[in-house]
Amino acid sequence: MIQESLPLEASLVETIKDERPKFIHRFWKSGMTKLGVFLLLFLVLFSYVGPLIYRHSAINSHLLATDASPSAQFPLGTDSVGHNVLAQLMVGGQSSLEVGFAAAIVAMIFGTLYGMISGMAGGWVDTVMMRFVDILLSIPSIFILLFLNAVFQPNIFLMIFVLASTAWLGVSRLVRAEALTIKNQLYVEAAHAIGTRTLRIMVRYLFPNIIGTVLVASTFQVADAILYMAGLSFLGLGLPPPTPNWGGMLSDGMNYMFQNSWWLIYPPGLCILIAQVSINLIGDGLRNAIETRER
Amino acid sequence: MVSYIIRRIFGALIVLLGVSIITFLLAYAVPADPARAIVGPHAPEYLVLQIRKQLGLDEPLPIQYIHYLGNILRGNLGTSYVLNQSVTSLIGQRIGATGLLAGLAFVFELIIGIPIGILTALRDRKLTDHVLSTGALIGISLPVFFVGLELMYWVGFRLGWLPIGGTGGILFAILPALTYAITGAAYYARLLKSSMIDVLNQDYIRTAKAKGASPLRVVMRHALRNALIPALTYAGTDVAALLGGVVVIEDIFGYSGVGQLAFQAIGNLDVPLIMGTVLFATVFVVIFNLIVDILYGIVDPRISYS
Repeated sequence: MIQESLPLEASLVETIKDERPKFIHRFWKSGMTKLGVFLLLFLVLFSYVGPLIYRHSAINSHLLATDASPSAQFPLGTDSVGHNVLAQLMVGGQSSLEVGFAAAIVAMIFGTLYGMISGMAGGWVDTVMMRFVDILLSIPSIFILLFLNAVFQPNIFLMIFVLASTAWLGVSRLVRAEALTIKNQLYVEAAHAIGTRTLRIMVRYLFPNIIGTVLVASTFQVADAILYMAGLSFLGLGLPPPTPNWGGMLSDGMNYMFQNSWWLIYPPGLCILIAQVSINLIGDGLRNAIETRER
Repeated sequence: MVSYIIRRIFGALIVLLGVSIITFLLAYAVPADPARAIVGPHAPEYLVLQIRKQLGLDEPLPIQYIHYLGNILRGNLGTSYVLNQSVTSLIGQRIGATGLLAGLAFVFELIIGIPIGILTALRDRKLTDHVLSTGALIGISLPVFFVGLELMYWVGFRLGWLPIGGTGGILFAILPALTYAITGAAYYARLLKSSMIDVLNQDYIRTAKAKGASPLRVVMRHALRNALIPALTYAGTDVAALLGGVVVIEDIFGYSGVGQLAFQAIGNLDVPLIMGTVLFATVFVVIFNLIVDILYGIVDPRISYS
């Protein structure tokens, strides 16, 4: 029995593999997508390679040069406690990008598993699991984020899980909807008929079909997580010092808006803007590449 | 249709019940002891016990939940620990201000989003499309507080056209509402653009054009009505984001609404007020979604309820 099923399975996997080079080609064809990739690459280099070239501490306070405007010594000035803004911007990028990507990945993994199980199980298990998602989705997520951050003092690790705690909901809904359609496809029924186990069906047939949707949704989640983290910083519930992050720097800088300390506002603001724009462009590119396949 | 509405209302009630359980359990995740919070850190132990008994905090959790649920159904959301007023009246005092802000934000969102959606669809892949789409992308890319404070600085402070903060009438709500609209309108614009392009390629549009209807009439009378339907569905999803956004925006502008109340309650770990405001926001989200779902069927008779 199992021996006979192998050629059939192999041919299915073959067609999925064939799609890959075309997918990358379609993704890379758009100029806007390329721009997005280059911008993100720039931010990654700036945050991770930057500190290796520009060797100045982000945490040291230059107490004789607080609130200094940009100069040769401090290309982007200093803040009210004498931190070197350029050095902080580089190091701050690391935590912002890491938290954004990690939160999206945690949400992606959990949401995918949850949605796949709910969709494949069907019946009352599906109803209960999806009702739970409905319940959580109807509470505005900022309430949950604020509450969790107020109760537990956030650190980077906790912040990732707090942001993921609301981000997985949308993913699980998408995955479950796709699982329901794919479950009823002929080839899945055929696989069932020849005795393939449910777990194997999930891994070999369901997962390759939903990974595109999940990837697109998760890309936008990265952007959302970075924005949410900035918002939480503004409300005083962000990551604690001394490790800087763009959202925290921007919200601190906004306090000095009326003193015209533009170097505390626009550099972190621009970094967040570039991060958002690049991730959104990449997400759009991924979505277009996947939608073309389905057409 | 009627059985669909009944089923949806039943579903909404289950969601609300679930939310009440979750807020209740979350309230117990608070490490602070409410009785201790009320009497202060230096009060003697017997007072704490007395207050705990008075609030019913010494009873088992399921019993407390049933009391809590019974009170909610009678419209009693409890008393704020910190502000010492009934939660219902605290929310009631601020509901008007928040309603004005949220309503105005929604209107601004549509005023900005719909024309951008139409123009980018009509000029797809042309200069107008690129310029407007880039503008919309920048709008959703900026943190809400950045947009809010820049508007406050430039429009309120430098130009002096509008109040820079505070509450009191529609003038005070314009900048906060605009802040939300700038960061949210792009979602409507994008949805409308893609549905508009789909609709414009349909046969009945070609027929309308062939019959000599003016381009403006084709777009506004024939295409827009159908293209707006997906945007309507998004409004259901948007309302939760809108109420969440209101929390941040009210804090920026010192606007005393329900959002600010909720944020202060969370900061003070004022459990009854947290539970009351969350429940209030959720009831609103659930009812709004119910209305959107029902409207959806009325606006688009092609939808079947099976």
